[in-house]
Amino acid sequence: MSNTVSQLAVAGAVAAALAAYASAPAQAAGQEKCFGVSLAGENDCAAGPGTTCAGTSTVDYQGNAWKLVPAGTCTDIELPAATDGTLRHGALEALDRDLPA
Amino acid sequence: MTGQSDFAAALLDPDRSTPAGLCGPGGAPAGARFDVYRNNVAVSLTEALETGFPTIRALVGDPFFKAMAGVHLRGFPPQSPMMMDYGQDFPAFLESFDPVAHLPYLADVARLELALRRAYHAADAIALDPAALAALPPDRLTRARLILAPAVQVLRSPYPVHAIWTAHRDPNAPKPTGGGQTVAVSRPVYDPMADPISPAQGEFLQQLGSGARLGTALDHAAQDPEFSFSTTLSLMLARGMIVSVEESPAP
Amino acid sequence: MPDMSLIPPTLPIGAGVGFKPAHFAAIDADPGAVTWLEIHAENYMGAGGRPLAQLRALAERFPISVHGVGLSIGGEGPLDRDHLDRLARLTGWLGPASFSEHLAWSSHDTGYLNDLLPLPYTTATLNRVCDHIDQVQDRLGRQMLLENPSTYLAFAESDMDEVSFLQQIARRTGCGLLLDVNNVFVSATNQATDPVAYIDAFPLHLVGEIHLGGHDADMDDGGAPLLIDSHGQPVADPVWALYAHTLRRGGPRPTLIEWDNDVPDWPELASEAARAAALLAPVLAPAQ
Repeated sequence: MSNTVSQLAVAGAVAAALAAYASAPAQAAGQEKCFGVSLAGENDCAAGPGTTCAGTSTVDYQGNAWKLVPAGTCTDIELPAATDGTLRHGALEALDRDLPA
Repeated sequence: MTGQSDFAAALLDPDRSTPAGLCGPGGAPAGARFDVYRNNVAVSLTEALETGFPTIRALVGDPFFKAMAGVHLRGFPPQSPMMMDYGQDFPAFLESFDPVAHLPYLADVARLELALRRAYHAADAIALDPAALAALPPDRLTRARLILAPAVQVLRSPYPVHAIWTAHRDPNAPKPTGGGQTVAVSRPVYDPMADPISPAQGEFLQQLGSGARLGTALDHAAQDPEFSFSTTLSLMLARGMIVSVEESPAP
Repeated sequence: MPDMSLIPPTLPIGAGVGFKPAHFAAIDADPGAVTWLEIHAENYMGAGGRPLAQLRALAERFPISVHGVGLSIGGEGPLDRDHLDRLARLTGWLGPASFSEHLAWSSHDTGYLNDLLPLPYTTATLNRVCDHIDQVQDRLGRQMLLENPSTYLAFAESDMDEVSFLQQIARRTGCGLLLDVNNVFVSATNQATDPVAYIDAFPLHLVGEIHLGGHDADMDDGGAPLLIDSHGQPVADPVWALYAHTLRRGGPRPTLIEWDNDVPDWPELASEAARAAALLAPVLAPAQ
């Protein structure tokens, strides 16, 4: 089956990984923070802020009305231009074939 | 008669006048009363995008995010009543939204935030007892398939998306620099995790996820001399990525 | 003497709260006066993870009321069969003590609008809503409760009042009613009608659950008061008074505190529930 990867190397890797797992079992215990994911996308039946707020006006970005400029932490991030000069798009590979649509 | 088509169209378009036939007490024109519904829709969907994409919000700043959310929610209102699903179109929207054309990494950061949310709601899976791996002789193990947990996803980006994401929750994290990153999203118990991995590790996980035998995936990964099965397996075990080992009949 | 219920409340006749994940540990440690919990159905339709784990744990200890917010029962189009299937799956495994939804619409061809939108009270609407409720009750295999909405405007075409509208729905479909006393107060203020008269006309014997929540104050173009059903603060004093009036008139009912925005720490929410329980107690005692 496997030509380039020796059986011995596989056995060694499994042994090493198990040793690492046994020495750090606390990592799997779920003490991590949730990064606010739990708050994303909750339904509720409360009403919003009443009659006056930004929700009643929009900015048309296809006209010349859009004057806003991103002004968050993106101003601190300077990335080198893509080396091949093109913008390649990322790809999310969902391995979770069982997730409901 | 005030049909729901008119009502819905006017809700999403503040430039449209209040639909006819709506009124306040004594038949007074509805006026600002209709704006309550307009605000409920726009504000609740804006808040859903804010809580769903906190890193994007921090990157572009609150006023810009709110205005951008206003454009997005009108073009892409939710297609299901489950708000946990809202925002699937946001990454593609960010790629086409001219005012952020100079921030091409936003879309992949949004994809990472969506992947974490999907992992949060993914089906439960009990992680494989690592002893089951040690119990199999290597020849049987390499012929077997490692079945991954439903939460496991791989994101490949030409941008340092994990570093950007990390910098927004850990003030001591290094400033994002340089080129692309591959990220593994998982859910050890209930809290989603994102780990930076090498492209070869990403490829390896994707091969396993699409049903390749372990040996086949290892052969492929071995093309990268830096790939370490031991390191990769350690991460997979720590993150509960493997749920079972499936042995198929010998050929 | 209170009416004999046509709708036997299957929830405990005590105080409940709308469950918020932030309160999970605190509720487990000390639920106080809270004897049951309500969840929003749509937040528990994922495949797994913490939301469902928390719900399973809570359901072992508390009767659960499932409150749908997204079915769009008043929608002009057909009911969303996929969503109804999801509701059936949830109520199927959970076996909740109650299922309720709103007299409102929220979905249209353009998508889901994430708000409880108002309906004209006409024969055409009545027929449509009754048809939809029949489908819901058939699919879920159980009676549902329908909640009166908070409204901010009226439809010129309406030719019946809200109480008669709800009464006819209940008569035709056999559904029960969920009486949101804050919604009564908010809508009555916004429509310049009398909230006490609304309660006095309401078929209280059909009420399986009562909701209480906080509201905000705003104004319309003419400077008339316009209350907003914001669920972001304590229940207002006149709403507590209207609630007490409702209990005196209709007898005790399972009563829920809703707090969805600016959610407070558990003790503050628990004290609102305790206030409801304290008002329920004297009405409950002679009935036992």
